[in-house]
Amino acid sequence: MTGDMASPRLVVEGLTVATAGSGAAIIEDVSVQVAAGEVLGVVGESGSGKTTLGLAMVGHARRGLEIAAGSVRLDGTDLFSLPPDQLRRRRGAAMAYIPQDPSTALNPALRVGGMLKEVLTAHGRSGAEADARVQELLAEVGLGSQPEILSVYPHQLSGGQQQRITIAMAFACRPGLIVLDEPTTGLDVTTQRTVLETVARMCASYGVAAVYVSHDVVVVGELSNRVAVVYSGRVVETGATPDVFGTPAHPYTQGLLRAVPSPERSGRLVGMEGVPPRPGQRPAGCAFAPRCPLVIERCRAAMPELVPAGRAGQLARCVLVETGQARTEGPPAPAAEKDLAETVKPAATPVLQVTGLDASYGSNQVLFGIDLTVPPNTCVAIVGESGSGKTTLARCIAGLHTNWTGKVDYGGQPLPPGIRRRPKDVLRGIQYVFQNPYASLNPRRTVGGLVDQPIRTFAEGRRVRDDREILDALRAAALSVEVVNRYPDQLSGGERQRVAIARTLAVSPRLLICDEVTSALDVSVQAAVVELLRRLQRQHGLAMIFITHNIALIRSIAQQVVVMHRGRIAESGAVADVLDRPRAEYTRQLLDDVPKFSAAMTSSGDAQ
Amino acid sequence: MTTSAPASAAPAPAAPRVRRREWLHTLTRAARTPRGMTGLGLALVVVLIAVIGPFVAPYPPDKFATVPGAPPSAKFPLGSDILGRDVLSRVLAGGWQLLIMAAAAMIIGVVLGTAAGIAAAQLRGWRDGLIMRTVDVILAFPQLVFALLLVSILGPARWLLVLAVGISHVPQVARVIRAAALDVSERDFVKAVEITGVRQSRVMSGEILPNLITPLMVEAGLRLTYSIVIITGLSFIGFGLQPPAPNWGYMINENRIILTSNPWAVVAPAILIAILTVGLNTFTDAIARVALGIERAEKVIAEAAGTGAVSEIPA
Repeated sequence: MTGDMASPRLVVEGLTVATAGSGAAIIEDVSVQVAAGEVLGVVGESGSGKTTLGLAMVGHARRGLEIAAGSVRLDGTDLFSLPPDQLRRRRGAAMAYIPQDPSTALNPALRVGGMLKEVLTAHGRSGAEADARVQELLAEVGLGSQPEILSVYPHQLSGGQQQRITIAMAFACRPGLIVLDEPTTGLDVTTQRTVLETVARMCASYGVAAVYVSHDVVVVGELSNRVAVVYSGRVVETGATPDVFGTPAHPYTQGLLRAVPSPERSGRLVGMEGVPPRPGQRPAGCAFAPRCPLVIERCRAAMPELVPAGRAGQLARCVLVETGQARTEGPPAPAAEKDLAETVKPAATPVLQVTGLDASYGSNQVLFGIDLTVPPNTCVAIVGESGSGKTTLARCIAGLHTNWTGKVDYGGQPLPPGIRRRPKDVLRGIQYVFQNPYASLNPRRTVGGLVDQPIRTFAEGRRVRDDREILDALRAAALSVEVVNRYPDQLSGGERQRVAIARTLAVSPRLLICDEVTSALDVSVQAAVVELLRRLQRQHGLAMIFITHNIALIRSIAQQVVVMHRGRIAESGAVADVLDRPRAEYTRQLLDDVPKFSAAMTSSGDAQ
Repeated sequence: MTTSAPASAAPAPAAPRVRRREWLHTLTRAARTPRGMTGLGLALVVVLIAVIGPFVAPYPPDKFATVPGAPPSAKFPLGSDILGRDVLSRVLAGGWQLLIMAAAAMIIGVVLGTAAGIAAAQLRGWRDGLIMRTVDVILAFPQLVFALLLVSILGPARWLLVLAVGISHVPQVARVIRAAALDVSERDFVKAVEITGVRQSRVMSGEILPNLITPLMVEAGLRLTYSIVIITGLSFIGFGLQPPAPNWGYMINENRIILTSNPWAVVAPAILIAILTVGLNTFTDAIARVALGIERAEKVIAEAAGTGAVSEIPA
């Protein structure tokens, strides 16, 4: 590490990126610096402009966007003043970008080795040099023990392996700057752990200036030295990571931190309602004012400046900080609320009882002797990494997957495998919320039509349609009734998932199966959706199966937990027992893999 | 009326009405976009000419009026055709029959083809095999030859000709629609409805069909133009529309020879067919854009290109 903090490698100054047509600013007046050997975390929700910022840092503006003001300088050279061919030569060599989804970032028609070599030869290495370097890289990203990986195609790799290959490609030419755009989104915690470790190790050993863009404050907290919190296109808070996350000054940062689930504490998650304002429709004053719990009159008058807050080098863009009224908050204290994992009377007949369930895809058995009991008025969490069979189990119960043997009793009656053989009241009683709200809502139906569909299906021969049922279901899912005539693509991810929940609630189910319902959502939205589900489960006395790969979420919603590993149950029991005193090695592993705020940060928070 | 919602919503903050019949809403919205208005306008001009034409034609369309192949003059604005009949009168009178037949054939072809394509995609298994192998066999014949074969079996009556042309469209439509429906039928929202136990026919019509609007509209536009071509082609060899009666397709064919002396005899009907085709395709495109939300999506992307909302969608 050069430690040359005086001349940072990347300097972004007053950068404004706007749409070419209307001139609406996507990001506005952003100034950040990254030194060699330093990791800058850029945190924000979907729609905050963090990806635009990340791309601008490697000299790229997406189609339809232009640099309206400011500069991006890498080692003193203004990237946006470079002619295109010089800029292109620098990409890959002097700077690299790691995109979010490795499965689309790798060329499916090329072998992994060929792709890695191509990066090197394109930047002037000879064939032999490149081969040697490829071997070196493979070892560095922790795939050195599998040299055969070079001769396979990307689709033959797991998500974690793919992402490590993109990391190897990015580091191939020893660039001075690396921008990572949510490289672990979509990976389960265990894979995320290995990828994060790879990133941290590579950044340290190469001494690059690294920028890590993510919506996940915990991951950023773990990885970065300094952090910039971006909201609605502007930096609202920046400083050393332990300072910003230890003593957040801006209400938005505080909100993001409150939304983080933790495997150690139980209690409600506090989500942030609303979505960031769209570019071109931002309010005159502070852009966060419409969602801010601490908003005062002055907030709406003018955009506050970035002013020093709290600790040295910490800046925040908030009226309360300007006027010295800010109350800084440490990482959220354990909630005072009663533990969610309260006991349920065991005498009650279970809503669902699964005994000795085996399931296969073709000749490939994926579930082995699963036993599962869901008592009434109880949420059972099923947790495990991807490929552990949790979704298959849910699909067997829901009747979507039919190739299984064993016994599944619903309300004391055995369930036949397929949907077509199940009576209507069973279909009505078991409702399913899908993982991805971007795929589970018919894009051609309005919200009203979507919610109406199950109501109509289960309404026995009723001809008269009642708008009230639809609107009630929307209100129950904490949606504004105004969305009823909108189409799914006009809604945010969180709103879509609420529509999917409203649709299931409209027919008053007994058992609600939630399959990774928050994995496609931002952390702040995830918190709001989990809290909604928790409240609804209580209100309606639902039995619920909550499937997740994120063990940290479980305490916030479930009373019982089943840990699945490779198609078998590794451990099950009450949430408090399993998470506090894990018996299975695999459970301990899962708990260890959850990203946590580092000890340094927590102590910094306590020291105030 | 569903469209009057904004006016009625103004006085009180009452709960919004739930809108039904989304396809109608889509059509009217498409017609209001500049693109949709242009397309619909162009198509309507041609339809109007075809409908009103027979009543305003200055001469009887099948009577000889002057020398063959005469260039345009004051008396005959578009000149005369190969047999010396007034081209303007023949253009005005020669559209309606052709349009009705072509539209009917298109509807038969698209409806049957869509049904076959969606059923094959959604039902899978042996039913998919049966439908698609049948389609493959029919596709082995050139469409005109297949239509001719059907006409010679069914007989030369006009409605049988329409039926034959319609059926000859089915294989092509079924292929395109099946390919598109395969993709849709795998999506989660179809599963989410299947899980409620509704009938397969409802899943196909309610969930899959609305997501095929784009290929459907393209097919409809394409099949209409093909219908015109095939019907005129069949007329040319003596089936269906018989020569003395005027029709645009046949006019293009028979007047090729006098293209140098009076090009209008070929160009005028050709222009009308072209305008109709372009107009329909433009309107189709407008529907597809409204239905797909492309205009909405484009706006959102332009306004908020940095939001990353689109890229948040996991594959």
